[in-house]
This record gives sequence, C-alpha cells and structure tokens, in this order.
Amino acid sequence: MLRVTTTIKYGAFLVAASLLAACSSTKEEAPVVAQAPTSSITPGSAEDFRVNVGDTVFFSLDEYSIRPDAQAVLQKQAAWLKQYPSVKLLVEGHCDERGTREYNLALGDRRAYAVKEFLVSLGVDASRLQTKSYGKERPICADSDDSCWQQNRRGYSVISSGAGS
Amino acid sequence: MKRVNALTRAVATALTLAGLAFAAVPAQAALEIKLDEGVVEPIPIAIHDFLASNPRDQQTAANVAGVIRGDLERSGLFFPLDPRSYIEKISNFQSFPRFADWRVIKAQGLVTGQAQQLSDGQLQVDFRLWDIFGEKQMIGMSFKTTPENWRRLGHLVADAIYERLTGEKGYFDTRIVFIQEAGPKTKRRYRLAIMDQDGANPSFLTGGNYIVLSPRFSPTTQAITYMSYERQTPSVFVFDLQTGQREVIGQYSGMTFAPRFTPDGNGVVFSYSRSNNVDVYVADLRSRRPVRLTSDPGIDTSPSFAPDGRRIVFNSDRGGTPQLYVMNADGSNQQRISFGQGRYTTPVWSPRGDLIAFTKQVGSTFSIGVMAPDGQRERILTSSFSEEGPTWSPNGRVILFTRTTAGRGGSGGGSTIWSVDLTGRNLRKVLTPGEASDPAWSPLNR
Repeated sequence: MLRVTTTIKYGAFLVAASLLAACSSTKEEAPVVAQAPTSSITPGSAEDFRVNVGDTVFFSLDEYSIRPDAQAVLQKQAAWLKQYPSVKLLVEGHCDERGTREYNLALGDRRAYAVKEFLVSLGVDASRLQTKSYGKERPICADSDDSCWQQNRRGYSVISSGAGS
Repeated sequence: MKRVNALTRAVATALTLAGLAFAAVPAQAALEIKLDEGVVEPIPIAIHDFLASNPRDQQTAANVAGVIRGDLERSGLFFPLDPRSYIEKISNFQSFPRFADWRVIKAQGLVTGQAQQLSDGQLQVDFRLWDIFGEKQMIGMSFKTTPENWRRLGHLVADAIYERLTGEKGYFDTRIVFIQEAGPKTKRRYRLAIMDQDGANPSFLTGGNYIVLSPRFSPTTQAITYMSYERQTPSVFVFDLQTGQREVIGQYSGMTFAPRFTPDGNGVVFSYSRSNNVDVYVADLRSRRPVRLTSDPGIDTSPSFAPDGRRIVFNSDRGGTPQLYVMNADGSNQQRISFGQGRYTTPVWSPRGDLIAFTKQVGSTFSIGVMAPDGQRERILTSSFSEEGPTWSPNGRVILFTRTTAGRGGSGGGSTIWSVDLTGRNLRKVLTPGEASDPAWSPLNR
C-alpha cells in the first residue's frame, strides 16, 4: 500500500519537475529527477535490499499477524538473506498514533517479533535477526489520517551488518 | 543538589498572636472550602504584597506574594483579587488588618506577610491568613531557606493556606518530571526534563540524543525511573537527581519499559518482553532480582501499585482488547475491573488509594477518567482527539495528562501537558518549555 502511495507522489513530483523544465524551455536537459537504473545497484548491498527486495511490511489496525501482502515481501527478504548469509537485520516494529505510548511499545514489539518469526519459519537463522520496538515514536508519516496511520503500522527491516556497498 | 539541601533546611515555625492587640471576634461561619461538595465559585482572597524591612528584600517580598497568587489562582479554588483594588495598604505585619476595608472589596480571606534576609544569609518569610468575616487570624507561620529558593517559600505558604482552608495537604511545593519534545514527528527529539509544578525552574536531565519515555518520581527518594533507548535494547533506568547518575535496573535480554516505583521506593515494577511475551515484573533495586508477576500470553503492561503496596493495577489485552486488571502484589488473583465500552490503558492508582485514573479510547476520541479500584463509579474528566497518561497530585485532587493535537500538512500534531481536577473542572494548560508529554508529579516538598 505504501508503494502505491509513494509511486503516485513520486510521479506527481516528476510531472511538476518536467513542467518547470518546459517553462524554462531547456528541452535538451535531462529530467531533474532521474531514478537510478536498477543495474547500477550492487547486488547484496543495503540499496539492493531496499529497492529490489523491499524493507517494509504493513499491519492492520491493532494487529500483529503477517498479512498476505507482507508474506510476499518477507518471502523475498528470506530468499535474499539466504543468498547473502553474512547479512544481519534489525527488525523495527512501529505503530500508528491511535494508542497509548506504553501499549504501543508492546504492540510494536509484537510486530517486530512477528516479522522475525516469519523469516525464521522460512529458514533464516534467528541469530541474524534482532528486533526493536519504537511504539508510536518514529512514524514515517506525520498526518493524522487513515493513510498515514496505515503507513506507520509497519515492520521495517534495516541491515545492521554484513552487506556489501 | 542545592535543592535537596535546601529542603532539609526549609524550616516551618508557627506564629502566634502574641503581641497583637486583642480584638473582639464576632461569631461567624468559619472560612473553609469543602472539596467534596465540588467547588464551583472560587473564593475571593486578597494577597497583599509582603513587607520588607530592608529595601534590598523588597522585590523578593513582592515576588513571593506573586507566587502565592499564582498557585492559589491555578488551583481553581481561589480568586486572588487585584492588588490595585485594595483599600488598606498594610504597613505593619504585627497589627490587625482593618477588616471592614477588606469586606468592601468582597475579600473573604486576606494573606499578609513579610520577607527578610537573616544574618546567616537565609531568607525568611512570615505570613498570616486572616478570616475577614470572622475577624480573626486562621494561621500564622514562618519559613526559611536559601535565598535562591525564594519561590519555594511562596509555594510553602500557598500549601499552608490550602491545607488550612480545605483540610487537605496542598500540592504547590512539588515538581513535575516530563518529556520535552522538539522537531518534526518523524524525527522527534526527546529530553528528560524537570520543573516546578508552576513551570518555573525547568532543567533538562538528558541531551536528546536518544529516545526517553515515561519518567516517574520515586515516592521516597530524589530519583526518577524512566525508559531509555540509550542502549541497544531499550531499557528501564533510574536517574539519581542528587548525583546526576543514571543506571539501568538490570540485565535483560529484551525490552524493559513502563516502569513505576514500588510504594516504599525500594523497587520498580515494569514490563519485560521476554521470548515474545510482554509480562509484568517487579525488581528490588538493591538485589536487582526480577520477580515475574504475570505470565499470560497477552500484553501485560503499565503496572501501578496501590499506595498501601498490597495490589497492582495493570493493562492487559488478554481478553481481546486492552482493559484494566487488578492483582495482588505477588501476582495472584488477577481480576478484570474495566467493563465499559472502549479500550482502557495507562492505569495509575491515586495516592489516596480510593481511585484509579486511566486513559480510555472510544472510536476516535481519547479521554482521561477515574474509577474505583473495583471498577465501579467510572467518571470521564476530559476528552479530545488524543490524551493519555494521567498522573496524580500528591494529595489526589488534581490530574496532569498529555494532550496531542491532530497532525496536518506533514508536520504532525503537538503535545502539551494539561491539568484537570478530580471533579472534571479547572481544565488548564500547564506551562512547559516547548512541547511536552508524559508528566509525572513528585511527592509533596520535593
């Protein structure tokens, strides 16, 4: 869901950028915002994991079960982790703002563990996966609406060591 | 720290009427405030600028009276009259006021006082509270401390007035520990902070390089327990206000959070996430040995002891949604007490023992409420888009909590600290340095 939202926003930015470019009538210039071609990403790098695998899965309201859309992402993560066995992950659990601080710390903890357990069930060694809950203290989207709350209810896998650069 | 030394030296002395001219006292209903009957109309009271025999002490004397006016006004129980309306200009602390002059401006009480720096460098404040209609002194006292703690003298006088008129301890000579917040919601900086209950003398105990949450005062010592992200694993710490030292409460394999002191101040009750299960534990601060109190597979968190130390109220979602439960101090006899519609979290036992304050969420509204320890007589005090985390004044009459506004336009909502009294009246924003959350009230005289 985040991917869809982000793509739309990104696209809007591209349109705005090219309109600006048209106004200044410098047609020959390359677009200001250019996405790096996938081929330039080093396989096994943190960027490879983020761009080609996906580092975020989402949760439903008050839930910590792994949804089907999250399963697909975690299967890719597990396959990638098997391909690069020196990589270690920190799985962060996050919540939306519609709960109290302490309860959300516990819920974020559950979400991080749920991601870890799913990856372990796919054959990833548990010793490569650490978890950390941020409760509602580190949202990625700051508005108080359903769209932001969904983006904030997430498990975010960040490479802590062992990736190529 | 200076403050602590000053506390032990804040000496109170009763002032008698010896030396005052005798005056006939007409029989009148005594000036008093009955808190349990719900005070709607604040009592008009005059607080005359305190006198100073030495011109050097004049500004301090006036400032002390200002602190008293501020405390009494914010309590919602008093209406301090504008000093410009006073007819009589008091010039002698030792003589009776002209009661008729104070009746004209509708004052029911009058506070007179004086401030002077003693030969040993201490600042002394004397005051008298007069019943205008009863035409008599209700209380006279003297306090002294180091001059830099002059605000405390004002708070001590305000506490004495509050106690004389309500029959209950005041709460003005207290401090509030809280989290100061700054920056955008997505990269918020959190600092452990402390200030006087009226917002004066704020200071920061951590620098903002890591997240800190949920500070709580020790009931017996100059210490705060809180949760910090300063280490790899987020953990419960104790901060010693006298030495400035901070220390983790023990070595745990998973996150520890939601700490509160035991009523004797010797231990901390908290949540520990062990093997993907969040349960309530209690640990003695000397032996550091944790004792597990709950073992349900649900989330068990936000524990808070009853003041007598015999029971603990906590939050659990074992029944499907977060609700309040009470258990014995050893973890036995766990009983659900909240049965209303909605989700109940962050319970905290009143220092009087008679009520539990909580956060309640119904639909898109958050509320702060209170209920009896058996779950009966639920009463909602205040509601808004987001509020949470009640904390009690040491006399159990006032509650502080965090209110957060909705985020719009990408910047996120702001958090502020509010106060409301037990009857749901006198809702006020508390003065803080910047945005603030997670208030916790100190005991009295701390």
